[in-house]
Amino acid sequence: MTEHDVLSRFQSTGAQTCFHDRHIEPQIFAGLTGANWRLKEYEARGGYQALRKILGQNGAEGLTQDQVIATVKESALRGRGGAGFPTGLKWSFMPRQFPGNKYLVCNSDEGEPGTCKDRDILHFNPHIVIEGMAIAAFAMGTAVGYNYIHGEIFSTYERFEEALEEARAAGYLGDNILGSTFCFQLHAAHGFGAYICGEETALLESLEGKKGQPRFKPPFPASFGLYGKPTTINNTETFAAVPWIIRNGGQAYLVCGKPNNGGTKIFSVSGDVERPGNYEVPMGTPFSKLLELAGGVRAGRQLKAVIPGGSSSPILPASIMMECTMDYDSISKAGSMLGSGAVIVLDDSRCMVKSLQRLSYFYMHESCGQCTPCREGTGWLWRVVERIENGHGRMGDMELLDSVANDIQGRTICALGDAAAMPVRAMLKHFRHEFEHHVEHKTCMVPAYV
Amino acid sequence: MISEETKLRYAKEVAKYPADQKQSAVMACLAIGQQELGYVSVEVEQDIADFLGMPVMAVHEVATFYNMYNQNPVGKFKLNVCTNLPCQLRDGVDTLKYLEKKLGVSMGQTTPDGVFTLQQSECLGACADAPVLLVNDRSMCSFMSTEKIDQLIDGLRASGGN
Repeated sequence: MTEHDVLSRFQSTGAQTCFHDRHIEPQIFAGLTGANWRLKEYEARGGYQALRKILGQNGAEGLTQDQVIATVKESALRGRGGAGFPTGLKWSFMPRQFPGNKYLVCNSDEGEPGTCKDRDILHFNPHIVIEGMAIAAFAMGTAVGYNYIHGEIFSTYERFEEALEEARAAGYLGDNILGSTFCFQLHAAHGFGAYICGEETALLESLEGKKGQPRFKPPFPASFGLYGKPTTINNTETFAAVPWIIRNGGQAYLVCGKPNNGGTKIFSVSGDVERPGNYEVPMGTPFSKLLELAGGVRAGRQLKAVIPGGSSSPILPASIMMECTMDYDSISKAGSMLGSGAVIVLDDSRCMVKSLQRLSYFYMHESCGQCTPCREGTGWLWRVVERIENGHGRMGDMELLDSVANDIQGRTICALGDAAAMPVRAMLKHFRHEFEHHVEHKTCMVPAYV
Repeated sequence: MISEETKLRYAKEVAKYPADQKQSAVMACLAIGQQELGYVSVEVEQDIADFLGMPVMAVHEVATFYNMYNQNPVGKFKLNVCTNLPCQLRDGVDTLKYLEKKLGVSMGQTTPDGVFTLQQSECLGACADAPVLLVNDRSMCSFMSTEKIDQLIDGLRASGGN
């Protein structure tokens, strides 16, 4: 066998993570099999009908830019990358009359630990992102776009390039799209191993061929973005939601979810569950239902805690989490964030000190080094958690952790500092006794942790 | 000296960006250079700098900032094993330890025959497939049980890199 043959045997097929038929009213994952990602099959699922609709190519009059933005506003679609900012509002910030180049960027640099939804969207339904971006470009009068894809999922980047070729050949991208006056050139770019490039301004720096170090905001990308030009950046899943909204209307999307939290959301469930995978469910679905879809806690163990929105979001104990519904407002009210929708499940055999040790190492490793509180502080956090875990903790270390976290949070250019500090503070808030036990007894409360 | 074939690959990346923004292609060019040589050498950096019309130090800055560019030669197969929390909860660390034992090297090292380099890695973005590892930057291997690791390593050895 060749090297290629060997490696292809271990490639994910999506059977476990995407094609398990355990979604609820899916929109983005609807009808996918893993073998039907190409243009013709996407069209057979109703693909590119939304683009035809706004361009007036389906027998009716087209939509104006304002109508497209109003529809997206009405849908209450909120940014799926982590911040949850209203998408329609973000689009309205773009200076549409700006003379000269403006850019549209898709953030597919999916590196938030726990998150693997954009990979499945791009790999198994790439055209839905292309169509969503084309609609966004139309609404904002943007002629050029880039999709910046996580370097680690290189085969997905290559597939997206193939999908772009198909879309260009069919006249969905390029000059005078479908015979209209609308022109939009879309290209794919890739990262190469830097978590920080998921931060939008670091991504722009990277796209300009530089180190991925975040920029001060303001100015925001809508006024000073790629190459200093007005730029809008949305997450992959956000763009993927747009064609459905245009086809079915903003109101229909809104009622799929709950007020202020429109539509469906893809949750990446990882860790101690029977069926790790991506689950697309309506916003506002109870967490208990999501856990059930993921097969429940592994091996019949008890739920201990959940990190509900990617590793940067504050951890919540089982008792709080079981009362939550999966939407921005409910998780926020419980003291955490829906973030990217990456749900990391921990069972009752897990040690919180050891879990935090690994996360703190990650933030130290990925700090870009630009701001002192983050560059130095993330190292401090890791070293202190490390010594507690290894039985060398001191009385006062918990206060030290809290103080270092406090000195990072809110004092850095980008949110990586906050992302490093929040897990520490939440762990101390909910599981302080485990840290104290480690310090006092030089050993773990749950030694079964493997 | 860049081959004509490589120049074509570089040019395809450059064409994606505005004419006065060739530097944007540096990430892709470095990845191509690494794929062809196995690592980013001083010569590769210089070639790319010349091709894109940017200072070689600016190329070096990029090559050293991003984790996946190899500063030094690696084995024929570079294995990056994710041990971040979602993978740690599903045997990611055990996977790394198993590979250390099987290959007889510690993480960060290359086997004496030059076939495998083993590295610990941060989130690969395939958390629901844990444990996962990435081979030569481009091939993700999912659900890597010990049996599958055996098959992978033995298969790659037998393929001789062809």
